[in-house]
Amino acid sequence: MSTFRLTIDGVEIEASEGQTIMDAADAAGIYIPRLCDHEGLRHQGGCRVCTVKANGRSVSACTQPAEPGLTVDNETPHINKLRRDLVEMLFHEGNHLCPICEASGNCELQAMAYRLDMTAPTKFPYLEPCRPVDASHPDIALDTNRCISCGRCIRASQDVDGKGVFGYVGRGIHRQVAVNGPDLAHTDADISDFAISQEVCPVGCIIRKRQGFARPIGEREFDRNLIGHKINGKRDD
Amino acid sequence: MHVTDTQLTQASNWPDVVGICETYANDPHRMLDILRAIQDRYRHISQEAMEVVARQTGLSKIAVEGVASFYAFLSSDPKGRITIRLCDDIVDRFAGLTEIVEAFESELGIRMDETSPDGTFSLEYTPCIGMCDQAPAAMVNDVILTHLTPEKVREIVARLKSGERPEDLISHRFDELSPRERADRMVDGNIRHAGAVLLGPVPEDAGLKASLNLTPAQIIDTVEASGLRGCGGAGFSAGRKWRFAAETDAERRFIICNADEGEPGTFKDRVLLTERPHLLVEGMTIAARAVGAREGIIYLRGEYVYLRELIEEVLADRRERGLLGDRILGEDGFDFDIRLQMGAGAYVCGEEGALISSCEGLPGEPKTRPPYPVTRGYLGFPTVVNNVETLCHVARILDRGSKWFFGMGTEGSHGTKLFSVSGDCRNPGVYELPYGHSVAELLEMAGGEEAAAVLVGGPSGTMIARDTFDRKLTFDDLATGGAIVVFSRERNILEIVEYYMSFFVHESCGYCTPCRVGNVFLQKAVGKFRKGLANQADIEYLRDLSATIIETSRCGLGMTSPNPILSTLENFPLVYSAMVKPSKDRTRATFDIQSAISDARHLAKRRSYIFDRDFGE
Amino acid sequence: MTELPKARIATASLAGCFGCHMALLDIDERLIELMKLVEFDRSPLTDIKTFSHRCDIGIIEGGCCNEENVHVLRDFRRNCDILIGIGQCAIMGGLPAMRNAIMHSDEPLRECLEEAFITGRYIRNTTHNIPNDPALPLLLDEVYACSEVVEMDYHIPGCAPTGDVIYETLSSLLAGKFRGFEKEKIRFD
Repeated sequence: MSTFRLTIDGVEIEASEGQTIMDAADAAGIYIPRLCDHEGLRHQGGCRVCTVKANGRSVSACTQPAEPGLTVDNETPHINKLRRDLVEMLFHEGNHLCPICEASGNCELQAMAYRLDMTAPTKFPYLEPCRPVDASHPDIALDTNRCISCGRCIRASQDVDGKGVFGYVGRGIHRQVAVNGPDLAHTDADISDFAISQEVCPVGCIIRKRQGFARPIGEREFDRNLIGHKINGKRDD
Repeated sequence: MHVTDTQLTQASNWPDVVGICETYANDPHRMLDILRAIQDRYRHISQEAMEVVARQTGLSKIAVEGVASFYAFLSSDPKGRITIRLCDDIVDRFAGLTEIVEAFESELGIRMDETSPDGTFSLEYTPCIGMCDQAPAAMVNDVILTHLTPEKVREIVARLKSGERPEDLISHRFDELSPRERADRMVDGNIRHAGAVLLGPVPEDAGLKASLNLTPAQIIDTVEASGLRGCGGAGFSAGRKWRFAAETDAERRFIICNADEGEPGTFKDRVLLTERPHLLVEGMTIAARAVGAREGIIYLRGEYVYLRELIEEVLADRRERGLLGDRILGEDGFDFDIRLQMGAGAYVCGEEGALISSCEGLPGEPKTRPPYPVTRGYLGFPTVVNNVETLCHVARILDRGSKWFFGMGTEGSHGTKLFSVSGDCRNPGVYELPYGHSVAELLEMAGGEEAAAVLVGGPSGTMIARDTFDRKLTFDDLATGGAIVVFSRERNILEIVEYYMSFFVHESCGYCTPCRVGNVFLQKAVGKFRKGLANQADIEYLRDLSATIIETSRCGLGMTSPNPILSTLENFPLVYSAMVKPSKDRTRATFDIQSAISDARHLAKRRSYIFDRDFGE
Repeated sequence: MTELPKARIATASLAGCFGCHMALLDIDERLIELMKLVEFDRSPLTDIKTFSHRCDIGIIEGGCCNEENVHVLRDFRRNCDILIGIGQCAIMGGLPAMRNAIMHSDEPLRECLEEAFITGRYIRNTTHNIPNDPALPLLLDEVYACSEVVEMDYHIPGCAPTGDVIYETLSSLLAGKFRGFEKEKIRFD
């Protein structure tokens, strides 16, 4: 496989054909913020948080192929401002009340807001969805009011679990994740599914019953480190 | 899946659904056709029907539901046997839609978005159906009604209630009419100016015959040399698009005609599909020869279902005459055929990736680019997607030569363009003009000299004010897919903008965050201006949010949806600043305490001891 | 170095849980340092109920859920040079704003109060009445963030913010050196 070089924020890295900008950046230990992308799952390019400038053009890093000689801007004030807008949009689209959410501290949306300095009120209105919580399954609950439509559960269930428990329905602002049946209990979802595991749902939408608040405040994943530390850590090592 | 569900959805309980699936060979790529047929048969797509379709096509039920819930013309709730869809475009609103709605509601005894208890009638809104030149308009099942008035509505409802079919409203001899006669009786042509290329006299298949004397590479050279650019709005060189597709190694290639014109205010393809369907198919056939495609699709927007028979007839006729199918015009190896794909109410399907997704039986979501459709499109094969007008031009260019076409128009914008003119003007309709005319010249022709604002290119284009009516209709100045909507000084610019934002909210596919969520925020923000609840900073907020949506959206819809706001902020700044309420002593005047406590006041049956000053006096 | 006049601080708890005021006390012994720089005016901590002087800084906990909150917040805006929202409720409504998300019926406030006081599954209210004493301020149609009612100058996120964050933010603001928060210290819970 042919390899070539490109630069991200002035740092020259190596990439190979078939890699996306994000693949190459990950391998080189440069973190590009993302929410809908997750290691081991197909790239979707939906959340747009991974927007970067490649040769001056805004693209989603998770879907844009790496090319020889590409100049990529990642952590610029302008791009981080765009990302903050996107993260704020997601906060306002759903009901994200961190103080009462069991995902708090382990939530990628929240952690991304920390990383992007989301500290002041925004001008965005809250859309305040009012969808019923699906607690039909003995081991799993689903609160789609907290869903950010990243689709990671859909891809994980389809491609890794080979099940297809989840899917998108509807269009536009009404597009949401739904289950393959009248409710979650009537699907073949299982607590041991990859799609149900903590790493797949970035927020508090898929809830594993009887497992909440396991780690005390101060010891949760993003209490300890900024999101992206694992990838950035590769470079520091 | 639970046993009970399986029993409920035994295929034998749904023989028609099984039959429909089998008509399409249980092919999941024909999902849209299957679901449309079920919708027509049962007036809705039930959960059980989705189960059956899933089983027949080998998909999961949630995948079927994903498609069924995406398109506006498909529904999971039962619709009336006669579904009346009122065109809700701003042009229709200004042409008296409110009175039409009132007439339908009172005559039918149901409100908008309701179905009559006996299941006969449903009443709903639908965005622009491509009849802005004859608004207010409506679809009644597959029948188009135009120039509606409350009197006409009363007559229509009375006749439908007496048992007449929607078709009978057009003619009592409807079944005996030819498809073309049917179309003509439903919809006015409104050709106001015929140009040299498309709407003037056109010899039959002269371009196709001329193309036989050329190699595929020479055909592409000819089209490229003509300067022809995509007429749907984006303006990409047609010849270059073809070249990319032709140069990609593949077993199959496809030509898709984009007949999904959904930009509010556009209806020129409707006229071409009615008046020049043979020219369109001729253009597609030439394109097929040029890029080496054997298969083609015409993607017809659901709103133009009344043209389906007309196009099917044209395709059948051409097959019979050896102009489609195997060995076209007797030429060995020149095989090409076309199927018609009906859309089902989704503006975003005008985007070429979304259109391809839709043809593949998926929700109409744009595809990730790259790869581009010319290298990996329909079913993964190189696919050329061209607009109706572009393909018609191709046939004429092959007949008259690239120089002839190149010689018309201006530098960079060659040939002629169809403009769909509607709104506040005396002669709405289609104008074929060489590129380079000014907006003022077009307004003069259309009897719209009094315009205060003109929307060039529809909501994803530019709204200009009187002081710039000398701007030119070219790719370099005011690029447009052809929609020209004229607004007089009586019209409220903010009302227009809010309408168009609600259109984009309705039509966003929802795949990416900025377009799905950001457009809702923009619409709400414009609403705040209209209600006088905006503060000074909200003007910057509109610009700022628009910039984020444009820069981060995944496809052209989100990249252009803020244009109604941005172009009016630029060209009509006073309509915004006049509505702004500045803070007083840093207290927001936009927070209205009286309305905020009004509910509680009623509930508690007492007044405010803080804010009702005369309390107790 | 000449002694600067002490900054006057006022605080208020609107629709909050008082947790942010408790967190103010979590500054612990640094409170003594802080008191060298500031003096408290109107505040639940001093039990002073009206402004005695114009203040340099007003600290607001909680959003606005009733008319009194609006009244107090406006009073603070008029009497303070700088307004700092402290905690998630001030910033975005916080937990009280949960009611906004369920208020989609024709009579949302009635429905909300009836569920809270009469029909809710776990309610034991023998009077079967919604409290309606004239001394009770009227509820707003929804819960508002402070910045929707008045212009705010700064916000300290958290539920509640830690004593450390409060102390560092206040002292850097007083010194005119506030440049935003360290990412590692931002928390929404």
